[in-house]
Parts: sequence; C-alpha cells; structure tokens
Amino acid sequence: MNIFDRMMSLDRRWVFLFLALVCVITHVVPFSIPIIITQEAKSIYSFIDTLKEGDIIFMAIDYDPNSLAEMHPMTYAIAEHAFRKKLKIIFTSLSVNGPGMADLAIRDISDSVKIGKTYNGVYYEGREVVNGIDYIFLGYKPYPALVIVGMGQNFRLPFPTDYYGTPLDEHPIMQGVQNYDQIKCVVDISGTSGVDMWITYGQGRYNFPLALGLTGVMAADYYPYLNSGQVFGILGGLLGAAQYEKMADNPGRAVDGMRVQLFAHIVIILFIVMGNVGFLLSRRKARKD
Amino acid sequence: MKRQLPLVLVFIFGVFMIFQYFVPHESSEWIFEFLLDWIYIIGIFAMALAIYSLVRVSWDKIKHRRENWQYAVMTLLGLFLMVLFGFDYGRHFFSAEGLQNFMFRHFFDYIMIPIQATMFSLLAFFIASAAYRAFRARSLLASLLLISALIVMLRFNPYLGPVAEYMEKTASWLLNVPNLAAKRGIIIGVGLGIVATALKVILGIERNYLGKD
Repeated sequence: MNIFDRMMSLDRRWVFLFLALVCVITHVVPFSIPIIITQEAKSIYSFIDTLKEGDIIFMAIDYDPNSLAEMHPMTYAIAEHAFRKKLKIIFTSLSVNGPGMADLAIRDISDSVKIGKTYNGVYYEGREVVNGIDYIFLGYKPYPALVIVGMGQNFRLPFPTDYYGTPLDEHPIMQGVQNYDQIKCVVDISGTSGVDMWITYGQGRYNFPLALGLTGVMAADYYPYLNSGQVFGILGGLLGAAQYEKMADNPGRAVDGMRVQLFAHIVIILFIVMGNVGFLLSRRKARKD
Repeated sequence: MKRQLPLVLVFIFGVFMIFQYFVPHESSEWIFEFLLDWIYIIGIFAMALAIYSLVRVSWDKIKHRRENWQYAVMTLLGLFLMVLFGFDYGRHFFSAEGLQNFMFRHFFDYIMIPIQATMFSLLAFFIASAAYRAFRARSLLASLLLISALIVMLRFNPYLGPVAEYMEKTASWLLNVPNLAAKRGIIIGVGLGIVATALKVILGIERNYLGKD
C-alpha cells in the first residue's frame, strides 16, 4: 500500500480519535472566536427587540434531548431576551419529550432572570418571572397539526388546563387571549418535522409571523419559506443560537460551543481534503502506470 | 358491505374536510373541531394496540430467552416504570403528574436526557468518518457536491481573512439559488403527490388501506 492509498483508507478509529482530541482540547482551552451575524438571525432578534412591554410571544419547544445541544441555547437566548424586555411567553411542546425540555429551560431561565445584568449597555434589574403572569406552559398534546389548528380557534380547545393542571382562565396572562390573533409571533424551536405543520397549518392558515430555530442539518431545507416570506427568520443550529446570544449580548452555551464546532468542522474538512488528494494522486499514478 | 362501508365513509368525510376548509361558518368550525376529537380517540386505540404489541413481542423474547432478551427486560421496565412514576399517588390517586413527580423528573433528567444526547453526539464521529470516505471527486457531479459542501461548511469560518466575504456570498448564493430551486421543486412535487394520493383514496381508487380480506 503506497502513501496515496494510505491517505484514502485511513482506519476510521484514527478519525474518531483525532476528532475527539480536537473536541476535548477546544472545549477545555477557553478562547473566543468571532461570530458572523446573518440576516435571517438578525431579523428574529430585531423583531423581538422592538416589541413592547407586555406583548405576548408564543414559543413552541418541539425538540427532544437528542438535539438539546443545538436547540437549548436558542430557547435560553430568546426566552431570556424576551423576559428581560418584560414580554410574556406562552410555551408549548408538540414533541413527545418536549415537556421535559421546556420545563428544564423554564426553570433555568427563571433562575437566570433573577440576577440583574447589563445587555448591550442597558441594565436590566433582576426579577422573578411568575408562572401564569409572565409565562404559561401549556404542555404537550399529540398530533401537532390538530393542536396547531385547534389553537387557531382557541388555546383552550387543545389545552383546557396548563401543563400543571390549572385551568387557563385562572392565569392572568391568558385574560383576553383567545388564539394567535392576540400574540405577536410564533417562534418554533424544532428538531422534528413538526415545523412543517407550523408552516402549513399554522402560518398558512392563520397568517401569524413565524420564526424558526432549527438543527444545523434541517436549516437548508427551510430557506424556501424564508424567501417566500412565510417565515421571517431562521436560526440554524448552534451557530444560529450563538448569533442570537451575540446580538443579545448574552454569551452562553452556544458562543462557548462554537469554538468546538468550528474546529471539529475544520478537522472534517481536512480529512475530506486528505482523502481527495490521495484519491486524485492515486488515480494519476494509475494512469501513468 | 365490509368493503363498501369504509369507502363510503372515506368519501363523505374526505369531501367534507375539503369543503370545510373553505367555509368559515361557525357550524362548519364546530363540526371540524368535533371531528378532530375523533382523531384523538382513534389514536388512543392505536396506542393501546402498540403497547400490547410491544409487550407481547418483548415478553415472547424474554420467555424463550432469545438473543439479547435482556434488552427486552429493560424495554418493559422503562415502559412500566415511567407510566407508574407519571401518576400522583400521594395526593390524587391516578391523576397524571408527569414532570412534577420526583422520580419521573429524575429518570427524565438523569437517564433519558444523557442517553439521547450521547447517542446523537456520537453521530458527529460517524459523520466525520462517512464524509472522509464518501466525499470523493469521482465525477463532475460529485466534485460539484464536494466543493459546495466545503464552501457551506467554511462560510462562517472567521480565520479565512479576505476570502471570508466571498465564501459567505457564494454560500448564500448556493443556499438561495440552486438549493432553493431544488427544494421548491421537491416541495411542489410532494404537494401534488399528496393531492393525487388523497384524491385516489377519497374516490376509492386506492384501496390498499382496507387490507386484503
């Protein structure tokens, strides 16, 4: 086996080892990398940033623990930004394991908002976000399409009570709130195909502003909806979350994880280049022979 | 009758649901909501069937000590323990409590989340290995795919210096022009396919869902 063949057929365990080493080193050694902001991420931040105190946004936590690393930072960044701006949030989850994700995120974000912080030069005093006043978690119901259509009629149809069993009418946040007409936008943080339901049965039928937070591999699939105006913004994967954190001046898990992702990508690219160099040189040698 | 009744029901409800979408009257909305409840009821029957099937297959595996029967034990334990923990026995017997239950939350936070997150994170390693082996410039199309993938992966790399701007512009063009055109074509094709299949089912041309008997 010559050098070119070796370059082409490296044992995959070397790939695993090298990638693991790079991930561990870049995770352990702290250094920052510049984050480039895209228009599709900026439009979500700008939309939420320009809302007035007391406005209600709707966040669908439609992901399972398997995409937690990418999706959780998005939820944290958007929800904390909204709470700091004193917006109200209606949370729901149309994915089976989503309630666990939403419950965890709400607990963490509530703790974080208790501490006063300065973002983009503005000081926000710490405050307690209260269930039923600042937010409500509707919980999970199966069949996303039906739930989305049902909420378009009235939130009380699919969710007569919130996740913790309290009737919706007992919550001050829900006073006068019937359906999507009373909310400013829907942000679907999704790692599932439920996002198609939000576009087709939600935005298509009820015409509310819809923003998407998607896993990295899903993002490219939803650009057609961005260009058609059905979706006003997309956060794609960890990078999307890091972009939002940077715009909100609230660096967290995503910005922290970007250096690991960046160098892992570079390693993958280097392996692809190495394999191709070996392949092309080996083919040239074979032709000469 | 056994075959004709389902066909008639499918035709009536299929045609009704098409027209209902375009009728914003209160009574139309009421019937629509009423029918939505039926879907939940049918779904509950399907779930009961699925649980029965899972228990039967797993129990059969354990009983006959088939290969990897230990996994079947874990499957059944997981199924029944989570259901058991999901209820609030302390205050209201058999009222659903879910994540408010201490054990349910701990099982979810410390078993479910790490397991699923670990499985998915392993994917990065397999993608790296697969990309190294599969991404080869064997033909013109494969080369185009390879170059596009590299540009999109490198588009936000902050260490590219003056090339970064062009990389970002090219990546945006790739996503917004060729990618968009292909995706739109697929979406429209799939949409038309769904309409065609739905019409075939409603009109009774497609009858596979009825089974063979």
